[in-house]
Amino acid sequence: MRVAFPFSAIVGQEQMKLALLIATVDPSVGGVLVLGDRGTGKSTVVRALPALLPGMKAVEGCRYGCDPSANGARCDECRERALHVPKGKLPVTDKPVPVIDLPLGATEDRVVGALDIEKALRNGEKAFEPGLLARAHRGFLYVDEVNLLEDHLVDLLLDVAQTGENVVERDGVSVRHPARFVLVGSGNPEEGDLRPQLLDRFGLSVEVRTSDSVAERVEVIRRRDAYERDPAAFLQVWDHADSAVRTRILAARKRLPTVQVPDAVLHKAVELCVELGTDGVRGELTLLRAARANAALDGAKLVTDAHVRSVAPMALRHRLRRNVLDEGGSGTRVARGITTIYGNG
Amino acid sequence: MPAAGPVSPAEEVVAAARARASAALGVLAVAGHRIGGIVLRDSSAGAQQWIAALKSRLPQSVRVVRLPSSATDDRIFGGLDLAATIASGTPVAERGVVADAHGGVVVIPLIERMPVATQARLGAVLDTGVAQVLRDGVCAAFDAEFTLIAIDESEEDVWGVAAPLRDRLALVLDGDVRVDESMLPPASLIQSARAMVAQVHASDEVMIGIGTLCVAFGIGSERAARQALWAARALAALDERMVVEESDIALAAQLVLMPRATRVPAPPPDEDEQQEEAAPPDQSPPEATSSDTPPDAAEDRPMEDRLVDAVAAAIPPELLAELLARAQRPSQELGRAGAEKESWTRGRQVAARRGKPDGVRRLHVLETLRAAAPWQRARARARHAGDVPARSLIVERDDFRIRRYVERAGTSVIFVVDASGSAAAQRLGEAKGAVEALLAESYARRDRVSLIAFRGTTADVLLPPTRALARARKLLASLPGGGGTPLAVAIDTALTAGVAARRAGTLPVIVFLTDGRANVARDGKGGRAESMRDALDAASQFRASNLSSVLIDTSPRPEPMARRVAEALGARYVPLPVVDARAIAGAVALARETA
Repeated sequence: MRVAFPFSAIVGQEQMKLALLIATVDPSVGGVLVLGDRGTGKSTVVRALPALLPGMKAVEGCRYGCDPSANGARCDECRERALHVPKGKLPVTDKPVPVIDLPLGATEDRVVGALDIEKALRNGEKAFEPGLLARAHRGFLYVDEVNLLEDHLVDLLLDVAQTGENVVERDGVSVRHPARFVLVGSGNPEEGDLRPQLLDRFGLSVEVRTSDSVAERVEVIRRRDAYERDPAAFLQVWDHADSAVRTRILAARKRLPTVQVPDAVLHKAVELCVELGTDGVRGELTLLRAARANAALDGAKLVTDAHVRSVAPMALRHRLRRNVLDEGGSGTRVARGITTIYGNG
Repeated sequence: MPAAGPVSPAEEVVAAARARASAALGVLAVAGHRIGGIVLRDSSAGAQQWIAALKSRLPQSVRVVRLPSSATDDRIFGGLDLAATIASGTPVAERGVVADAHGGVVVIPLIERMPVATQARLGAVLDTGVAQVLRDGVCAAFDAEFTLIAIDESEEDVWGVAAPLRDRLALVLDGDVRVDESMLPPASLIQSARAMVAQVHASDEVMIGIGTLCVAFGIGSERAARQALWAARALAALDERMVVEESDIALAAQLVLMPRATRVPAPPPDEDEQQEEAAPPDQSPPEATSSDTPPDAAEDRPMEDRLVDAVAAAIPPELLAELLARAQRPSQELGRAGAEKESWTRGRQVAARRGKPDGVRRLHVLETLRAAAPWQRARARARHAGDVPARSLIVERDDFRIRRYVERAGTSVIFVVDASGSAAAQRLGEAKGAVEALLAESYARRDRVSLIAFRGTTADVLLPPTRALARARKLLASLPGGGGTPLAVAIDTALTAGVAARRAGTLPVIVFLTDGRANVARDGKGGRAESMRDALDAASQFRASNLSSVLIDTSPRPEPMARRVAEALGARYVPLPVVDARAIAGAVALARETA
């Protein structure tokens, strides 16, 4: 297995990096949809996450990696176990945050989980074998080329991502377990076929493009080449920068519950949504959540207009009443709306 | 290029193609999986010659395996090992072809027949070097670093290699891919180059050169830049140098970057450059820097500028135009949407059903095992007296489960747009507006859309069935008008497209936008009477095929001719002047329901 390219060494792609950091700080913003041409390094950014993210505490021996904290969601097994230990305190272990790659062609039984065939054959026992959704619990689930994934699988993923629970009723097994994850999907709109329903259900959406700046492109080639020729040495060079980002994430998570949104800022954010005519309240909620996470990452106690402004495109672009044929038009419309509400600069 | 004696232009073209094919072979043999692989767009025979030549130059230890494009995912990437699973009673993973080919070469003939999703998965394996298997009760990962050779025999104007895979393959050879054995580096040189390629040094100037080329030719993929760098290293290694030189990049760029160019840098170097550069050190007259004598006139310009000129100049303008067109050409798409129909071979997998496997119906191993599992104890007891070992699995005929899929038969809307110079031209704009409204609706309904335009003497399929509406819209916007009205040819083309769409399992609806005033006959000659007769004849053939259709009359006033053609076609007639886009959409929706 190759080691992943370090997060901090990725040149540009600021919007995508910010969107993922926001989702890391506050997973409740919902999934992240990444649109862009092939070869623009979308997968590289996602695959850099496991090495970047700080580890997490999990219930020891839990197949779903349940959160041991008092208010964490528990699977049936953990709930059962908690009844038999003092104060319901389950043993805790350290685990890396899972970043699961969903390969195209994965079958539904592997994704949601299914009857454990081995146990069924050996002992005639009806046991549940957790699938990908269980493995992705409390982490990220990445689907490259989400538009090539079968519709029913995409719908299923979005459903679970939204409810935070995977309910399995098949092969005579009946199981439900927590499955809270950030769905990261990537796709290329030029290849057609991103259903409008699909767009709406992602919290954030970013567009990835390669830069037209020669200097930036050259830097990409340089770093990529250094990495390919000696991955270990390259990782060492960027280790420091990666751990700085890690510290920032941890600090932001800690700060998040105390970050306040002043009324004036809230008003303007709502005005922006009204101006853009976004559908429903989901846009406003996502915008505020993203802005708070952004402020937390910034080390701020109060959300400012600037925090809202910089996340507005990713939170709102895909929520406008679309004219499907108005390509790339929604980005411009959001930009125009921002200028109307917040002025230039 | 060695050019001994007088050569004809035709010979020169052949020699250039051979040189390109040979250079690509050397690069692939040396750089291998680092550059993903190659697309050979040629007949099978030409491709086989290329591959045989490659084999003869690769070390014996490198495996070259063929993978049929009909191979199933479990055979390609790995899956459940049936024999071992039944013998042991626990799911056993089996390696796929790509894992077996680890360190070697995989050849896929007829890649255009391989489903897009499978191609995308191959692309993902090329990226990570690992085949991840998550299917049918198996969860495994196998090392799979390999070089891919895709043979694409699809039509001129489409890609058989799907876009996600195409980006991972550095090289493309188009047309005649045969090599001249005498041009190829000897096997011993290739072997030593393979050993040293990773150590070849590329200076910062080289990186800047490649970055500049990517920007100049509008290549967005960072993967392409990386591949070009490896190709340049391979070329240096083949020349037994430890340092990449300018000539290596220039050739690498021609092989890797040019096929992906989406724009041409500011064309004639003589004019543009003198304006752009603040103080050109050498104020030579424009003729001296003409494109035939590339770099020497401007020795002291930075390498990256020389490179852009050299690479652009090395390609004849018509070829460049062709390359640009090719970069834009559509690729096949994954089929889905619409009403569902059952299938034994493809589509979305649904619950397996009891049945007997045969050539078409495939055994669903897992479901069969599931079906057999509960009865094992009882069966073992029943057979206890016999010679069946106690631990083996007893599967009986009743346990067999076969795979079942559903396919969705979506609608395929085929627009046949009159772009001729007659009255239609004035109304072409409005017609486009109507089509756009229909496109928006098709998008929401997830129909496939294709576009045929007719003018002059021909009707061209501008867009084969696709769901990429943005592309349809772009094509439509740039559709030029003018010329005669070859209505008969247009109807023939629409009929062919409609029948093909039906055969592909979709429900076709054909929308004609024309004023019906045919003035070009089937033989390409003018004459209204003749042309009209041909058109009505074509229309009656069309009608016989029972295809659902709509004719939108684009003339300023309802045109009797158009109505006559519509009647002959069996099409719903809708005059454009009296209705708006919504009414047209309504008419098409009606046709769709009766399709």
